[in-house]
Amino acid sequence: MNHSVIEKNIGLMAVLIALVISVAGLVQIVPMLFLAETNEPLEGVEPYAPLEFAGRDIYVREGCYNCHSQMIRPFRAETERYGHYSLAGEFVYDRPFQWGSKRTGPDLARVGGRYTDLWHEIHLLNPRDVVPESNMPSYPWLAERTLDGETVARRMRAQRRWLNVPYTDEQLEQAAGVVDGKTEMEAIIAYLQSLGTAVERTR
Amino acid sequence: MSSGWSWYISIIALANILACVWLIRWTAKKRPGEAAEHETTGHEWDGLQELNRPMPRWWLWLFYITIVFGLIYLVLYPGLGSYQGLLGWSQYGAWEEEVESVEERVAPLFARYADMSIPELAEHEEAMQTGRRLFGNNCAVCHGADGGGRVGFPNIANNSWQWGGSPEEIHKSILDGRRAVMPPLGAALGDDGLEEVTAYVFNLSGRDAPEELVQRGQQRYQSMCMACHGADGQGNKAMGAPNLTDDNWTYGGSLEAIKTSIRDGRQGRMPPQKDLLGEDRVHLLAAYVYSLSSHLREEEDAGDDSGEEAASEQEQARND
Repeated sequence: MNHSVIEKNIGLMAVLIALVISVAGLVQIVPMLFLAETNEPLEGVEPYAPLEFAGRDIYVREGCYNCHSQMIRPFRAETERYGHYSLAGEFVYDRPFQWGSKRTGPDLARVGGRYTDLWHEIHLLNPRDVVPESNMPSYPWLAERTLDGETVARRMRAQRRWLNVPYTDEQLEQAAGVVDGKTEMEAIIAYLQSLGTAVERTR
Repeated sequence: MSSGWSWYISIIALANILACVWLIRWTAKKRPGEAAEHETTGHEWDGLQELNRPMPRWWLWLFYITIVFGLIYLVLYPGLGSYQGLLGWSQYGAWEEEVESVEERVAPLFARYADMSIPELAEHEEAMQTGRRLFGNNCAVCHGADGGGRVGFPNIANNSWQWGGSPEEIHKSILDGRRAVMPPLGAALGDDGLEEVTAYVFNLSGRDAPEELVQRGQQRYQSMCMACHGADGQGNKAMGAPNLTDDNWTYGGSLEAIKTSIRDGRQGRMPPQKDLLGEDRVHLLAAYVYSLSSHLREEEDAGDDSGEEAASEQEQARND
């Protein structure tokens, strides 16, 4: 085959480019879809409870991942501040994952249990009430809006049906009743308090 | 990783590198019918002609060098499936090494601090510099950079302590956390009762409130509040019931804030730091927190000589 054949035939060139580029994906991405360490939950990692699950949707909706990562890298500076580095098995029920790629605010992968519910509430309503130098926006509407139980339950059913998240029938039946009428504030705090708590943080 | 996937990754990765070698050689090859070097290829655009020049040698060599580099890297470092590399390097290993080397450096320091008592440490300038940084990283977010607290989070830089201000009590508060339980009393008191008790508590800290309300509030206080906050409102450090007679209010001292606290209750919680920070750092932090109010204790001690009565009254209050 001659050079000019490829250069003069844009369709062929596009196919060859696609082939070359896909090699990296075949090696780096495809195996990850099947490996146990990326697919099986770490011991103690459970699917999100209904209220946490609803809170997670709010976390995604408000775009928290734009400023907060959920990925502690294995560097001392990070583990010193945030706790044990993140493990693949912690994210198996995160669909989509919220690793993020930028830290305007701190990493939240292990924020669960670090502060009190009251702190989170004050902080979400107006971050500057507790951290004067913070440039995080306020989220006052979280306290006013309430959850619709049936919507949350439907989303949870979809997670089981399409993504194989192992919710039991009982959990799905009760989900709507548990979250219905709760505020978005309660939901997102429940979610934040659950983050990263499956891994021991003992020093 | 199963050996199947390991082979899959290794074979594709190596085949890809070999394909790069082939591609470079193939494009560099001279073909029959091709214009000789330095001749024009016959392509011409608006009078501009394309010469047939081979790739510069140095450029070609850069390609070969990256290939050799890649192969050497794959031998030394992990990259081919589950093969770990001759150097045995791993990101977690590198992290452990880093942590260990720093721990080795700071362990003697913390060991020395651990042997010192908290009041001693509070006087130790170098230790307090470390303490200030620990405080800034871990505590300031609730208690404020100066320890002055915020609404909902106690001031720990003054000498009014909800859970006690002795070195041991501060240490315990940080290490194991604290959980305060002020029950919501709105339903039990009713609207009138709420007004009366609020007026009484407001009055306890030396502020004026309608006499009639205060008197009725006192009776209700004695039946519902006294068990925790004490007969005279001095509080009880053992269960974290705050002193109601001073001007130190965690949730605000206005009439409205007091009313809210009584009606809805308050569930203050200090998260335990034992697992997050470890004993050594908590010890140092306790000393730093203790040092925040050192000057107040000194003033108090100085006051002992001049006005013995006032001091013993305060002493009494603290013991209560």
